[in-house]
Amino acid sequence: MYTPHTADDVDAMLRTIGVDTLDDLVRVPDAIALREPLHVAPALTEIEIAERFRGLAARTPASEYASFLGAGAYRHYIPPVVGSIAMRGEFLTSYTPYQAEVSQGYLQAIYEWQTYIALLTGLDVANASVYDGATALAEGVIMAVNATGCKGVLISRAIHPNYRAVLRTYAEGLELTVDELPYGADGRTDLATLETALAEQRYAAVVVQSPNFFGAIDALPAGVAAAIKATKTVVIGVVAEAMSLAALAAPASWGVDICVGEAQSFGNAIAYGGPHVGFMAATTEHLRRIPGRLVGKSVDADGKPAYVLTLQAREQHIRREKATSNICTNQAHCALCATIYLAAMGKTGLRDCAALNVARTAELRDRVAKVDGFAIKFAAPVFNEIVVQVPGRGADVLSGLEQRQILGGVALGRWYPELDDCILMTATELTTSAEIDRVASALSEIPARAAARV
Amino acid sequence: MPLPAFDTPLIFETGKDGRANRYLPAGPALESLLPKDALRDELPLPDNSELDVVRHFTRLSQKTFGIDTAFYPLGSCTMKYNPRINDAMANLPALRDAHPFAPDAAVQGALAVMWELERSLASLFGMAAFSLNPAAGAHAELAALLIAKAYFRRKGEPERNVVIVPDTAHGTNPASAAMVGFTVLSLKSDAQGRVDPDELRKVVGPRTAVCMMTNPNTLGLFEPRIHEVTDVVHEAGGLMYYDGANANALMGNTRPGDMGFDLMHLNLHKTFTIPHGGGGAGAGPVGVASHLIPFLPTPVVRAVDAAGNDAAGSGWRGSEELTFALDFDRPESIGPMRSFWSNFAHMVRALAYVYANGAEGLTTVSQLAVLNANYIRASIRDVIDIPYDEINRHEFVASAQSLKRETGVRALDIGKALLDRGYHAPTVYFPLIVPECLMIEPTETESKETLDGFIAALRDIVATAKTDPERILETPLNTAVRRIDETRAARQPDLRWRPA
Repeated sequence: MYTPHTADDVDAMLRTIGVDTLDDLVRVPDAIALREPLHVAPALTEIEIAERFRGLAARTPASEYASFLGAGAYRHYIPPVVGSIAMRGEFLTSYTPYQAEVSQGYLQAIYEWQTYIALLTGLDVANASVYDGATALAEGVIMAVNATGCKGVLISRAIHPNYRAVLRTYAEGLELTVDELPYGADGRTDLATLETALAEQRYAAVVVQSPNFFGAIDALPAGVAAAIKATKTVVIGVVAEAMSLAALAAPASWGVDICVGEAQSFGNAIAYGGPHVGFMAATTEHLRRIPGRLVGKSVDADGKPAYVLTLQAREQHIRREKATSNICTNQAHCALCATIYLAAMGKTGLRDCAALNVARTAELRDRVAKVDGFAIKFAAPVFNEIVVQVPGRGADVLSGLEQRQILGGVALGRWYPELDDCILMTATELTTSAEIDRVASALSEIPARAAARV
Repeated sequence: MPLPAFDTPLIFETGKDGRANRYLPAGPALESLLPKDALRDELPLPDNSELDVVRHFTRLSQKTFGIDTAFYPLGSCTMKYNPRINDAMANLPALRDAHPFAPDAAVQGALAVMWELERSLASLFGMAAFSLNPAAGAHAELAALLIAKAYFRRKGEPERNVVIVPDTAHGTNPASAAMVGFTVLSLKSDAQGRVDPDELRKVVGPRTAVCMMTNPNTLGLFEPRIHEVTDVVHEAGGLMYYDGANANALMGNTRPGDMGFDLMHLNLHKTFTIPHGGGGAGAGPVGVASHLIPFLPTPVVRAVDAAGNDAAGSGWRGSEELTFALDFDRPESIGPMRSFWSNFAHMVRALAYVYANGAEGLTTVSQLAVLNANYIRASIRDVIDIPYDEINRHEFVASAQSLKRETGVRALDIGKALLDRGYHAPTVYFPLIVPECLMIEPTETESKETLDGFIAALRDIVATAKTDPERILETPLNTAVRRIDETRAARQPDLRWRPA
């Protein structure tokens, strides 16, 4: 129970309060008193808890398989220094730094996170974090809606399907219309209909993702962002694989006004989907529409540099229903892990890591392309993911690999019926040549079997 | 205990190009792999040695106050001890490294964690089901209001778009309502700081969608007429929402479901000992009564027993014999709230905490939380205003209004003086209806000795304010920095370092 009270303590405290028993203190009207026994997990000692979770871990063998899974959650090397420092109790057990005088350390770390995100995206400012990539996208769209007064959003179909689904969830509340731009034969967003769509002047934002869900580098071509902005529409760029920022052209350089995404790749475990860490950066023009916490640098009463939560007039605890967002709790500790990771990796480590991702993925691509019956679906250059066209259904091929203790990727048919014969495969710096050999040889055995089943 | 005051340069102001840590093999030249126009020109980040990184962040941690540092009575935030076994379990490699797109068969243990926790929460709070999907309390409020919106649309009552929120409510309540296009109606509390069912009756009607309440409310006061409140709203055709931010006050003793609430959320990072981590990540399961289950966010974890029957019962049962699956096929669902299924590492922590307590332990937890809060109130009521001086629950509010009139010392100043004495400040200036408000929530994990030390510090601050107010107004002096120019921070925003 982690409660330090002795029976004597309780008695003394009750006497001070002037109440006879604990039951008297917590009494509720009969109508709402407990009517039935509670059915919750039983009380265990710490030894038993550890034993129980070891049992649950044993029923979770996924991480022991060779894995080519990515699709928004990426397996990267995390130097032990990240956990060792981030798990310090002062960081772990503090809360939102409302009392800045005793939170200077965490506030500075968040200021450093904001700086890292600004430098990586090339944009002016970044916030202290949002929940994850999908909600970052939804919050970015809300900023664009507030900036333009338009309630339509034009979003690439090559954006992560989960992100699009979350945007649709939010759109129900905000009563937004979400329209999609198709992807083209090379796996990039097809911009052919963009001009006509923008002429309708009902879109708050155009949203593209790079690298997109198919892994393809999908930055807007030169001139396109300017043309979008000329119609008073906001350009939002999504980055679901933050590691790509170390290698690819910064989103600001291809015209993005607001960049949102997922920074799990920076020092955060995949953890079966969370907590991860959403990031959000924007041009100064959008500063006062940014949701959530912002840390600013100021001075204290002695003129000494000091950090403090700032521009709080945007936030829910001040503005209530007129706030830019309802976000309160964010992902501070995940952002801290990312900051420590970025500091430890440095420019050199990050560059190497990003380059290794591209190289290993090229190796995977070349090996898989040579397997009879398999082909690379899209020709566009990729960062660390490829779409592979398989004989038969993608889901069946993945089941075959699973039997060989290989998590081969994600079947695309569940979101893209026209890609039912495709899987999305990911390689990172942790993917070994031996694993690539293993998956390639497993794939070479599968077509015959899949065909035999038909 | 003062925190160190040394300056720490920004990480960007230290290091040298090429001072790299060898975590990885050198990467190939990117120009050989990708078209040049796809690549960035420069990556303006510092290279620091691992030792310098360790020192940098260790120093930053030393200038950060956590529960591990000292008593942290921040009202409404439930800053209780975070047991280390929770983190150890969340860091078991199989649970830490499982991928959300791994096939269900390869993650049965992870799904069992989610299911066992969900079943325990449902029983503990009297809800038919929870979704573990939302990332935080405010996110769960948003999910709940989307559920209400979908529910009224299906009922053919889309005109219901008014959310009634007591004036003591958390700021996230009205902010969440605005995000689903609902109109907010603020309800004034009565003289006892509570919702008056008769006043509520005057404002409900055919446009009432949801009434959002906490119980106990943010004054720490229990609403004994809660059944009348929920009846008024239900008779008007609306839904009742329970803001679970204050669940540590009643867990195991009475249940929101039995009070008549249709929807609720929990802040697992408050009641269930997940570390607050400097402001997150949290976790905000959203719970519903049975008629709202179809609308829960996707996915939900389904369990079947060996005979193939649905295993959802009235609460927890052992998961060894069950088979689990993620269920996305829910046509009436509001859809997903976030990228993946839950803040899973936190579900592990919360379940470990449930195991550490069991039903009886969790009940004792909330009773002792109430004991600690009342003990502080009873021990300071002779020196500071207690606007609602009665038995409170897990927290209570004091007011510095008369002290301010007498001495010029405000709630804010008391908070700063507490920092100097080694305590975190209470929540100040919330709830909004109490002037010069100090909201104090000790939690159950604090000992009588710790509370006595805090009480003595608070009494000393008030006494000093009366004899020598300047000594309070100049605080804090023992902290890394003194009071900060917040106006300058807002007027001349400096939100990042820039290269020279």
